[in-house]
Amino acid sequence: MSKILMCGNEVIGEAAVQAGCRHYFGYPITPQNELTAYMARRMEEVGGVFLQSESELAAINMVLGASACGARAMTSSSSPGISLKQEGISYIAGMELPAVVVNVMRGGPGLGNIAPSQSDYFQAVKGGGHGDYRLIVLAPSCSQELYDLTALAFDLADTYRNPVMILADGMLGQMMEPVTLKKINSKRVKKPWVLTGAKNRPARMLRSLFLEAGALEKHNEKLQEKYRRIKAKEVRCETYNISRAEVIVVAYGSSARLTKAAVKMAEERGIKAGYIKPITLWPFPEEVFINEKDKDKRYLVVEMNEGQMVEDVERCAGDRKRVSFYGHAGGWIPQVEDIFKRIKKLV
Amino acid sequence: MKKVFGRTRTLRDTHTHYCPGCGHGIAHRLVAEVIDELGIRERTIGIAPVGCAVLAYYYWDLDICEAPHGRPPAVATGMKSVNPKNIVFTYQGDGDLAAIGFNETIHAANRGENITVIFINNAIYGMTGGQMAPTTLCGQVTATTPSGRNAERYGQPIHVAELLGHLPGVTFSSRVALSDIPNIMKTKQAIKKAFQAQMDGKGFSIVEVLSPCPTYWRKTPVEALKFIKKDMTKIFPLGVFKE
Repeated sequence: MSKILMCGNEVIGEAAVQAGCRHYFGYPITPQNELTAYMARRMEEVGGVFLQSESELAAINMVLGASACGARAMTSSSSPGISLKQEGISYIAGMELPAVVVNVMRGGPGLGNIAPSQSDYFQAVKGGGHGDYRLIVLAPSCSQELYDLTALAFDLADTYRNPVMILADGMLGQMMEPVTLKKINSKRVKKPWVLTGAKNRPARMLRSLFLEAGALEKHNEKLQEKYRRIKAKEVRCETYNISRAEVIVVAYGSSARLTKAAVKMAEERGIKAGYIKPITLWPFPEEVFINEKDKDKRYLVVEMNEGQMVEDVERCAGDRKRVSFYGHAGGWIPQVEDIFKRIKKLV
Repeated sequence: MKKVFGRTRTLRDTHTHYCPGCGHGIAHRLVAEVIDELGIRERTIGIAPVGCAVLAYYYWDLDICEAPHGRPPAVATGMKSVNPKNIVFTYQGDGDLAAIGFNETIHAANRGENITVIFINNAIYGMTGGQMAPTTLCGQVTATTPSGRNAERYGQPIHVAELLGHLPGVTFSSRVALSDIPNIMKTKQAIKKAFQAQMDGKGFSIVEVLSPCPTYWRKTPVEALKFIKKDMTKIFPLGVFKE
């Protein structure tokens, strides 16, 4: 199949269309505007629904409504807008509705800037909204992964009745890169909970409110059981040379693609290096670290933030002294040579 | 024996949690009767609010969903976009609709979303303990206005039915009251017109219902009805503002 050159934000949009998404709700924010514009055009072409909402709050709640009625629905935004969506995301998680939320991250906190960043790791992976819930978080690192993981996101959302986040960044969103628009065979998941009107069946109710004594505890236990199933089945991770490496670089998204080049540079200079690239940030690929028994190995975590995923690596590696961090916030992009220098220092 | 009165199909056979003299029970029943008289129960989806009526889904026997505080019009927009044949209605209080959710309300109305909004205006936040609402009357004592609502600080109460009536996307906007039997019958007629407008695909319809909250008005149920008639309708005139 031939490759075409496409902007990352548009690749996400095309994957959604191919995965059967016909309901998109969004609000303008940089650096993800190409996605909104693309969906506006494509939804017209495929007879879907595009709606520019009055706010991020409205957009996520439109997704909630469309999903409650059985549609594959999506919204996208960038960091400050994703903060606004957290209320709706918590409700969607509590009500167990499928939804796909795209965050094309930019620098923060506050209005920050519009440069690429990975500063929303904590928000995506550790909660963001209120309550004990989990998002499935997918971290693409190139246009092909933007396509493949967006399609996967819809299947995972439907399968687990859970919101899924695509955690991309401004670099991935803005970059043009060749991509193969493979035919997507979406999973058909039965939805016996969908609201259609109570015709010839008992009325259905979708809610996250459980006031009866013990009911909310029970609901939370049910959610936790689901999260355990997701953890057992859906961890995705790419590794390279980790059994032989003395230094293992850990990175996801844009920093992972730069890391790969740095690891190659190290190998060419005779350094035993490898990498771990988590594809699911939640569930985090804990086992890769736990199974690594060689205590002499060092981890170098590279992130475009002030150190967020590094806390998960420390937790899983079990020994903080083995874990180093290289990263900055505010729209900073690591240089391959600088990552290489840090690998070299650890040998 | 001939049966002359009974529970309507869409109302569940259960007790409500509402306080004595509260208007929600009457409003719920009117909505249920209208849905049954129009024969639309099997294609209707309701959206329950945050507030006293949050448990409305225990009382209506139809497909129903909750929404975050203030967001029912956005949720309804999403729902209606999936299957326009569904009849979608929201049931919202004054804090929900006119404070935290006014942006969602005004934009759904302006887009002319083909949905129906039942807006319960009791001039107070009931569920949280009787705080000032955007519709609280000037001088009205609440938990957060112990000396009465001061217009210099908080402005005048918001007139939702009139305000939305100005928007081209709104096809029906009316204010009614649950103050006595004739007005309750008028309320039912207004609710019916609002649902009918949606069935005819005409756009956004809203019925603002002045409803008693004896508990947080610190009145008896009878005094509360008098308060609607004497005080509330002076500030919130009844009538049809768009048809």
